[in-house]
Amino acid sequence: MNDQNFELKKLASDSQAIFDLIEPRSKVLDLGCGDGELLYHLIQKKNCHASGIEIDEHSIYQCIEKGITVSHADINEELAHYPDKRFDYVILNESLQQVVNAERVITEALRIGKQIIVGVPNFCFLPARFQIFFGGSVPKTKCLPYEWYNTPNVRFFSLKDFRSFCKKKNIRIKNFIGIGNTKRVSIFPNLFAILGIFLLES
Amino acid sequence: MSTEGLGNVVTQYFTCCEPPHELVLKSGEKLGPITVAYETYGQLNPDRSNAILICHALSGDAHAAGRHDGDKKPGWWDIMIGPGKAFDTNKYFVICSNVLGGCRGTTGPSSINPKTGEPYGLSFPVVTIDDMVHVQKHLLDHLQITRLLSIAGGSMGGLQAMKWCVEYPDMVQSAVVIATNYRHNAQQIALHEVGRQAIMSDPDWQQGNYYGKKVPKQGLALARMIGHITYMSEKSMDEKFGRKLIGKEKVGYDFSMDFEVQNYLRYRGDSFVERFDANSYLYITKAVDYFDLEEDAGSLAKALEHVSAKFLVISFTSDWLYPSHQLKTFVKALKANDHDVSNVIIESDYGHDAFLIETERQEHAIGHFLKRISKGVS
Repeated sequence: MNDQNFELKKLASDSQAIFDLIEPRSKVLDLGCGDGELLYHLIQKKNCHASGIEIDEHSIYQCIEKGITVSHADINEELAHYPDKRFDYVILNESLQQVVNAERVITEALRIGKQIIVGVPNFCFLPARFQIFFGGSVPKTKCLPYEWYNTPNVRFFSLKDFRSFCKKKNIRIKNFIGIGNTKRVSIFPNLFAILGIFLLES
Repeated sequence: MSTEGLGNVVTQYFTCCEPPHELVLKSGEKLGPITVAYETYGQLNPDRSNAILICHALSGDAHAAGRHDGDKKPGWWDIMIGPGKAFDTNKYFVICSNVLGGCRGTTGPSSINPKTGEPYGLSFPVVTIDDMVHVQKHLLDHLQITRLLSIAGGSMGGLQAMKWCVEYPDMVQSAVVIATNYRHNAQQIALHEVGRQAIMSDPDWQQGNYYGKKVPKQGLALARMIGHITYMSEKSMDEKFGRKLIGKEKVGYDFSMDFEVQNYLRYRGDSFVERFDANSYLYITKAVDYFDLEEDAGSLAKALEHVSAKFLVISFTSDWLYPSHQLKTFVKALKANDHDVSNVIIESDYGHDAFLIETERQEHAIGHFLKRISKGVS
């Protein structure tokens, strides 16, 4: 068993944006936490009480290795038993497009979290529009790298679609960060951002 | 990972609950004196904060790791316990004791009843998992350990670990529960019942009064054969044996041994008889069947309300004796109480046996989990 402490790797731009939105010493649940890198940063640098849920077995070991509390489960069926407003933040980063009942997961996340942070891959990113319009093909981007026949994504939507959903459901958008290929995007994000990070409150 | 083991170890004995201070059992009956067989590995640190209690499964014993003088095989969880292993004896003081009702050194139905000078047989009172835990508590008192860094167990050992966390919440800092259930359900009870019936219908069983005479070999071997089927998965059995024949080219069209799987089960049954007492099998399976955390408290969430241990919960995809969804329910109840719980469902074809076979991933998860728990313990 190696005893080394893990280095803090540089976070990906989307994780960094989420990290920036979270207040120190918060209680955080990450739905689809992957290898736990974001949670590890939150614990180490912001003293957060952070845990995750992840469906991939290998990722579970990577989390446990970092000393993170993690549950091997499917977020579709895992949220119901948490009491209301148990967490300061519930994170749903790039997991929504793979969730069977996205509306229910968002509703549940808003119930158990005081605020939720949702990372949404933008299907209407300008180059994606070009791919459809001129190329006549379903687009592939950095956030949507799959072919139609092997994608784990079950739904495709844009930042604008997500904003309309929030409006319809009376979900307040408290903050938004657009992520471009190389830097953050503040102008026309539905065209220029590959990914949007929304901070939401019910 | 270190490959060197613990070397030679010895079983120790301790006696408690001497009359008139007998142990009051869950049934209300009293039992004493009680001798406990136990082993320890590693060193207890000066502030006595590095102790880990290992709880064994149905047919296990106190000899969890290392070798007894002259033995070829090491203890039953040697792969996990030792220097540099998941339960690292360079860091932790590991204790394992034989359960109450057992036949491997701790008082059970085959022990001599001091009042009569004869083996207890069926006059031994029916014991429960709770009673086993209370005896382990006496052992820890004897060792002057007031707080456990962790408690770990698979299968029946998992039941004991859960009970410990509920019964002595202030004593248990963390728990590793593997391939087990928070209540024994109808199928699990049914499978045990078939095993018990196998023993009790053996004419040599003699109402449990067979000591010094012919032991109910057939019955106990049959019980073990049934057990072994429940420990494997359909896939692991078929991969291991398929339809391979044993000692013949063609099937015999009679009731002799045709298939290798028949041979394997008989071998397992027969070798079990050499080391296990039939009455202990009855008592221990009954204790497991009585286990229900939910019933004791009214609901599972309520039972776990005051638990303070951090949990690591491990189950296996092909375990049909203790399916992973049962431990999922346990994990959810812990979360509902805001307890710290990690769980992993290990992809494995080995069925319930995976608990003793899939060691690499378990070692990794347990080792790192304990590292987090033991931060600050020197």
